Amino acid sequence: MYKVVIGLETHCELKTSTKCFCACKNQFGGEPNTQCCPVCVGMPGALPILNKTAVEYAIKAGLAVGCKINEYSVFERKNYFYPDLAKAYQISQLEYPLCVGGGVEIEVDGTKKFIRLDRIHLEEDAAKLVHSKTGPKVDYNRGGVPLIEIVSMPDLSSAEEAVAYLKKLRSTLLYLGVSDCKMQEGSLKCDVNVSVHKEGEPFGTRTEMKNLNSFSAIFRAIKSEAKRQQEELEKGNKIVQETRRWDDVLGKSFSMRTKEDAQDYRYFPDPDIIPIHVRPNYVESISKQLPKMAQERAQIYVNDFGLTEKDAVLLTDDKYISDYFEAILQDFNEPKFVCNWMLGEVFKKLNALEQEDTEILISPQNMAKLLKLYKSETIGQSVARKLLDELWGTDKNPEEVVKEQGLTQMSDTNQLEGIIKAIMDENPKAVQELKSGNNKTMAFFVGQAMKKTAGKANPKLVNEIVQKLIK
Amino acid sequence: MDFLKLSLFEIKQKLESNEITSEELTKMCFNQIKATQKLNALVSTCEEFALSTAKKVDQKRKNGEKLGALAGVPVIIKDNINLEGTRTTCASKFLENFVSPYTATCAQKLLDADAVILGKANMDEFAMGSSNENSAFGPVLNPVNQDYVPGGSSGGSATCVKANQCFASLGTDTGGSIREPASFCGVVGLKPTYGRVSRFGVVAFASSLDQVGVFSRTVKDNALMLQVISGEDQEHDMTSAKMPVPNFVENLKTDIKGMKIGVAKQFFDDKLNSEVKQSLENALKFFEQNGAILVDVNLPSLDVASSAYYIISSAEATSNLARFDGVKYGFQAQNFDGIIDLYFKSRTQGFGPEVKRRIMLGNYVLSSGYFDAYYRKAKRVQKIIQQEFAEAFEKCDVMICPTVATTAFKLGEKTDDPVAMYLSDIFTVPINLAKLPAMSIPCGQDKKGLPIGMQIIAKQWNEQAIFDVANFFEQSTKEAK
Repeated sequence: MYKVVIGLETHCELKTSTKCFCACKNQFGGEPNTQCCPVCVGMPGALPILNKTAVEYAIKAGLAVGCKINEYSVFERKNYFYPDLAKAYQISQLEYPLCVGGGVEIEVDGTKKFIRLDRIHLEEDAAKLVHSKTGPKVDYNRGGVPLIEIVSMPDLSSAEEAVAYLKKLRSTLLYLGVSDCKMQEGSLKCDVNVSVHKEGEPFGTRTEMKNLNSFSAIFRAIKSEAKRQQEELEKGNKIVQETRRWDDVLGKSFSMRTKEDAQDYRYFPDPDIIPIHVRPNYVESISKQLPKMAQERAQIYVNDFGLTEKDAVLLTDDKYISDYFEAILQDFNEPKFVCNWMLGEVFKKLNALEQEDTEILISPQNMAKLLKLYKSETIGQSVARKLLDELWGTDKNPEEVVKEQGLTQMSDTNQLEGIIKAIMDENPKAVQELKSGNNKTMAFFVGQAMKKTAGKANPKLVNEIVQKLIK
Repeated sequence: MDFLKLSLFEIKQKLESNEITSEELTKMCFNQIKATQKLNALVSTCEEFALSTAKKVDQKRKNGEKLGALAGVPVIIKDNINLEGTRTTCASKFLENFVSPYTATCAQKLLDADAVILGKANMDEFAMGSSNENSAFGPVLNPVNQDYVPGGSSGGSATCVKANQCFASLGTDTGGSIREPASFCGVVGLKPTYGRVSRFGVVAFASSLDQVGVFSRTVKDNALMLQVISGEDQEHDMTSAKMPVPNFVENLKTDIKGMKIGVAKQFFDDKLNSEVKQSLENALKFFEQNGAILVDVNLPSLDVASSAYYIISSAEATSNLARFDGVKYGFQAQNFDGIIDLYFKSRTQGFGPEVKRRIMLGNYVLSSGYFDAYYRKAKRVQKIIQQEFAEAFEKCDVMICPTVATTAFKLGEKTDDPVAMYLSDIFTVPINLAKLPAMSIPCGQDKKGLPIGMQIIAKQWNEQAIFDVANFFEQSTKEAK
């Protein structure tokens, strides 16, 4: 039986208003090469100026995951040639990173586990290579954007744990507001180190896969690489320390370069950037400003809203969902009712959409209106569900839609009785079955009633009427 | 009257009293530049820009507007200093056609002081060299004797001042690149304290050692120039220091009584040329006779400074010069096959041999497995040298030594022997490692008539002490003549 050992290096772009070492705007999108200056395109003689907000954000991230903030921190140059690297070196940190230690707790299949961190350091992003018909081009807009690299210890032992860890990290960073963590836009990326070994034996040789940018790619890449390594070992082969490229379409990884031709980055302290001294009282002041994190919010949901702990955790896992939930409560203060709707219908919808970055395309105000209609039984459950689909991606007012389309729940007993009688006349067999005590047949009548009323029949009333009529 | 031979202060006065306009003066300078073109002191001139600046300043003066400290004074800057719209070549084929998209802080400060920038001075390629023979645009000739080198790397900046092409110039000094040419050409050259002048816009050779400084014909001129270009550059250079800029000119002292002058025996060993030694000893005697106190100080690690310097400066240079890759700007090789080939060919064809030598050395000392043995050890040596200087300055106000162990050597004399060439810097390099200010001023000449330079060193931020001692020496010796 093989054990899998995984370590992750997570790169996360910080959403400061300007870049890490110059005054250019830090903004995704934008016409190519419109957000750059002599500094971030590496003009001769240009010099970096460290962005204090980037340091502050990195410290925030460190504090949120329990790191020790180093009082003395140094920026170094990581030297290598690549067209997207304007200066032919990346300003990064090696010997003295901003944050060390710490960790995050994850839960997989009901088992909790603490994943230790090695460090968090601050560095600059590279520019973007764009392949055009006339050949490769470089867009420097992204060059010099601040990012933090969060390096885990090799504490993860499955793809499931790796994804849980990443989701936890992402949730934390989103709560802090230091990053958008949008995997599709590349503001959150991962390098994955994997090795396998037999129980009781030392760790095996690891391989690295770079720049994975979706949870599913990370999950599949780890599974695939662990399997590949086990098969190699079974065949009696050795694992080569190497960098591999994961092809998400083919679902396979390919060898890129081995240790022998690995780059020698020739790190040394950047003489243009004076070492930074982070004073303890500065760290303390940042620490006091940290926003409420998932756990604290969940506690409030349990204590003040009376939600179950499980529901509270589900709602607070993703800051976006939690913020959205709280926004609905502003207009419609029925926490339990809203919670059930969110965890049931909205989550079902989100799961079906399979977005990498969660987004609910109905304003919380409209969602509150929809839920008010539902709670007051003005509309029934099936209409409510239908409205969720119909309003998605629009800013239609649910009250008006219900009015226009006549979706109000039918609660007129006489009208419903007429409809049900007709159904009974058409289905004598079903009536017999119900009379003989087969309660499952009730669902048939409710279904038929819904069909005839375009989903508007009040199911509770239908139930009562059917019961009354068969007596 | 030959206006071009005046000092900066003298010409300032002539301009102020309307004896000459800046436009007339600027034209005279360009005539002089043409007349002395053979010296090859400049890589390029910006005549149109200079004349339009001069006219503007003249107009401002006419209108009675407030004028900057260098109003209408023609100056020249080294060709590794960016000035928007002008070529900044660093005397390299790689940047032969590179036009600056922005202006360096020190150049901007000159413009803000209403100076007239005439052009860009020749230099050793990327400031690497001690003779100015490493320029892609040909060597600069020593204006005192054209068979000799002017020193480097700021050879053009020293020469243009000596040859009366302008009244002061800017150079850069990483291991002696201002002081050595000042010594060889017989002008005043100051390397300020590291951090005194912003490096923003100055093409980096070794970032932790590079410092912009001034060439002039007199000490007082030098003080004024430094005053203009100094100061913290919060928005552009983190290594520029938050230090007040004193009024060096107003603070100039007229005597040196009681001043303690440190003399380290390590600077006066057998390698020293006897004429240089004699000249320095005379100067020391002069100071003593005028009330200064000579103090013995000790710098035991001086002999390893050069080794540490070449390791640290080459390591930083390797990284600083990596951006010249043929992708974004500058030289791009023809007929390349893929990106690696583009890098390889562009850099092979674009850089000269001395630059390549330093790049290789720098990569070697930074590479995995050698970093601790070379780079880290060199940084430790640097710390020790800093401490030794700090201890020495507890006993004295300034230190005096020769700038170079010899006078200027002949063109071609050392080009085949890089190590001999590197030894030209042994007295200047330790100052950069210790981040101190130091000046070279003329203190005599040898039998061949070549100038001898005296180096005056002070502790960090105490350029004033250097100006005081140098000014006293200059004024007294001038009177003696």
